Amino acid sequence: MWGRLSWGAIPFDQPIVMGTCATIGVVLLSLFILITAKRGWPYLWREWITSVDHKRIGVMYMILGLVMLVRGFSDAIMMRTQLALAAGHAQGYLPPEHYDQIFSAHGTIMIFFVAMPFVIGLMNFVLPLQLGVRDVAFPVLNSVSFWLTAAGVLLVNLSLFVGEFARTGWLAYPPLSELAYSPGVGVDYYLWSLQLSGLGTLLSGINLATTILKLRAPGMGYSRMPVFCWTALASNMLIVAAFPVLTATFAMLLLDRYCGFHFFTNDLGGNPMMYVNLIWIWGHPEVYILILPAFGVFSEVVATFSGKPLFGYRSMVLATMVICGLSFMVWLHHFFTMGAGADVNAFFGVMTMIIAVPTGVKVFNWLFTLYAGRVQFTAPIYWTIGFIVTFVIGGMTGVLMAIPPADFVLHNSLFLVAHFHNVAIGGVVFGAMAGYTYWFPKAFGFKLHERLGKAVFWCWFVGFYLAFMPLYALGLMGATRRMQHYPDTHWQPLMLVALAGAVVILLGIGLTAVQLAVSIRQRHANRDRTGDPWNARTLEWSIPSPPPAWNFTHIPSVERIDAYWHMKEEGVARRALAVSFVDLHLPRNTPVGFFVAFFVVILGFALIWRIYWLAAVGLVGAVTVALVQSWRTDREIRVPAEAVAAFERAHAAPVPHDAPGGELNALEAADDRSRVRVASGARS
Amino acid sequence: MEAESRRSWGRNVGIVCGCLLLASCREGVLDPHGPVGQLERVILGDATAIMLAVVIPVIVLTLAFAWWFRAGNKRASYRPEWEYAGRIELIIWAIPALVVLFLGGIAWIGSHDLDPPKPLESAASPLEVEVVSLDWRWLFIYPRQGVATVNYLVVPTGVPVHFRLTSTSVMNSFFIPQLGSQIYTMAGMTTQLNLRADKPGSYSGLSAQFSGPGFSDMRFTLRAESAEGFSTWIAQTRERGGVLDSASFAELVRPTRASGELTYGSVRDDPFETVAAGHLATHWSPKEAL
Repeated sequence: MWGRLSWGAIPFDQPIVMGTCATIGVVLLSLFILITAKRGWPYLWREWITSVDHKRIGVMYMILGLVMLVRGFSDAIMMRTQLALAAGHAQGYLPPEHYDQIFSAHGTIMIFFVAMPFVIGLMNFVLPLQLGVRDVAFPVLNSVSFWLTAAGVLLVNLSLFVGEFARTGWLAYPPLSELAYSPGVGVDYYLWSLQLSGLGTLLSGINLATTILKLRAPGMGYSRMPVFCWTALASNMLIVAAFPVLTATFAMLLLDRYCGFHFFTNDLGGNPMMYVNLIWIWGHPEVYILILPAFGVFSEVVATFSGKPLFGYRSMVLATMVICGLSFMVWLHHFFTMGAGADVNAFFGVMTMIIAVPTGVKVFNWLFTLYAGRVQFTAPIYWTIGFIVTFVIGGMTGVLMAIPPADFVLHNSLFLVAHFHNVAIGGVVFGAMAGYTYWFPKAFGFKLHERLGKAVFWCWFVGFYLAFMPLYALGLMGATRRMQHYPDTHWQPLMLVALAGAVVILLGIGLTAVQLAVSIRQRHANRDRTGDPWNARTLEWSIPSPPPAWNFTHIPSVERIDAYWHMKEEGVARRALAVSFVDLHLPRNTPVGFFVAFFVVILGFALIWRIYWLAAVGLVGAVTVALVQSWRTDREIRVPAEAVAAFERAHAAPVPHDAPGGELNALEAADDRSRVRVASGARS
Repeated sequence: MEAESRRSWGRNVGIVCGCLLLASCREGVLDPHGPVGQLERVILGDATAIMLAVVIPVIVLTLAFAWWFRAGNKRASYRPEWEYAGRIELIIWAIPALVVLFLGGIAWIGSHDLDPPKPLESAASPLEVEVVSLDWRWLFIYPRQGVATVNYLVVPTGVPVHFRLTSTSVMNSFFIPQLGSQIYTMAGMTTQLNLRADKPGSYSGLSAQFSGPGFSDMRFTLRAESAEGFSTWIAQTRERGGVLDSASFAELVRPTRASGELTYGSVRDDPFETVAAGHLATHWSPKEAL
């Protein structure tokens, strides 16, 4: 009846896990009580859970990423503590069976459920606004994508309380991940949660790529798209090309585990190295799926706060697309030590280095954007400069390991761990934080606390160097990754420094929460009434903050790159009251995404525990929900012209915007009229 | 003031990095005791130097540009429309391309010179050693000498060692940091590696590829001894007895954590070939997998 599920699946004997369960339980319960007491459920349901507004979905992705950052970081600090203790004969406080789950969960969560939601959330929020359109190409699909990702998140977190997570590392190499060596449900949790969220990511990639290719404002040819849109296009094309490979690879491993197939087993003709090749054919493009949008963020930030157009726009676009193409030609550098032979290794080594050329060009372009600019040292520019300084070091160590004989001594070492954190934190996290700070006022109508933002930056920046520079050294000293303890006691001081670094980063994460709380409290002081708090260049800043549900009352007509900057220059009144307004039609909210996610969580959970009747329930439920949605005819709501007009009147800026190069903050000039919540009012 | 603190942080980071590098020079891959590791250290050093020649100026310029062109600096020029300069574009494509040209050459030549199966140039004929990664220990078989060891091996200094490697179950990576290159061990497959120890001594080896719960203790020692010492050791080992045959091998294959050293005076049934040909399908019980 219940497959492999029994009371024994709940680790009552593990105090750390049970303590975590209790804490999470208490947090969830208090949230539930708070929301119920404030009668917040109808609001949440109407405005967020069923929302098909790309801005809301983008924000929900970011929240998901932030929550999972806390989870993934808890794993990180547990690992660092373990390694700070387990020197010589000491075994630390985490036995291998627990420690191995933690590093596997850390990698999986940080890539799939922190970095991906951050990046996809930013793209979701920003793209339609930068492109000058009202929504993404498929708004309902967008909601489904988000909720599928959330379903994956739920399953991963469930593995903490019911059963176990994979003990295989974040890519679950066979044969270790095969049934013969991982007989438990850990790998199944890994596979099913990533299959579900991977489906969401693929749908999201199709959606956003279509949006960029088909839904740009009139006049916005490809050569006038903001660079963030270009990097997002590259990233989403990579998603569309790479994620099916991941899904197929996992499907084969699932067939091995569930149906006795032999794709990747040691015996009967299986070949584990085929999995390793396939997973990296997805895995290397994945690196660029994450970093390219971050490059886009830095490009926007550096141009805005230098008060200059991005230097070498065409170079930047070319570099982005070259990286996009080359990213599929380098996967073998993740396993030079397989023994593929000198020619193969040399080819992949050289291809990997060639990617460094367009990446280097990008760095120089940012450098020359700063040159002859008027650089405002805001928090986003801190992240950007911190990124350039950090990323070139990470790039250097990456190119170093692209030399096969160098990789022969650095492969799988802590040097490698330091390298990919160097680019993942220095690139993706810094990019996400820069984007978060930069677009926050657009999303919520007020700026984040500036000094706390800088404090957050310094914590991450200093913490990163403290945590990972020792790992470079340890790697050179022969320390390998994923070890639960080590015999050399003189490694311990460096491990302690690394732990200290992790604590500093923890402080940064804590300060992020403080910054958010303080900013919300002081929102009236930091209100953005102009819609353009940074004196920025692209179309998203031409509309009020937060934008109405329909984004643009009048779809802008684009004549050049940096469209909004030139509108300001030419003195086009930003929100000149038009004489006439028309009814607008918006996609109606739908709970389909939420219900699909509900059923696929049941499906995934049932398959993990081999409760096949329940799996059938989940599958039928999910398909039924999708079918019902497909036959729905009442898909749109009408926003009456009067409501649009009222919103525009309330937000019409009486003061023309500052000329380019003027003061950063035009707050004082803005009027103090109360805001009309047309956005939500029109929808209910 | 912020830039000042950035500078002082930069200095501190530099000092810390310097100390770390010094510390890491005393062992591991920066202190090689064989020709493979030495060449690899040269490659590491050369490539790092070439890249630092670009990376350091980029970091300095980033900080310098950002600081000089800060909004408050009245003396700095401001060109709000400047977005393209053909010459600069040419240079910024050329600099990374040139660096990569150099490094690509190093990568190509290095890959071929240091290809793991390539025999090392030496007057002495190589010592053959067969390596089997077990769960979680290392079996070393000397096919010509007819002896075998677990978790340690003895080799003569100055003589190339030709390893043939495979695995009974999951994948591992055979790595002796102070001698150089590592290589995967995979079930049903054979990889090759050539190393040489030039100085007598004990070199610690490990698995560099995560392989399950006993992975962290999957360590071994390579003892490099003089030619006479090596012959003596072989003779003593043969005398000590102990047989590695199908029966004792079947015991070795079962998962064991933190196991010690073992010695076998004779080898029968060619266990390496059995494993390498894939004739040994193992699995772990749920308890062993924990």
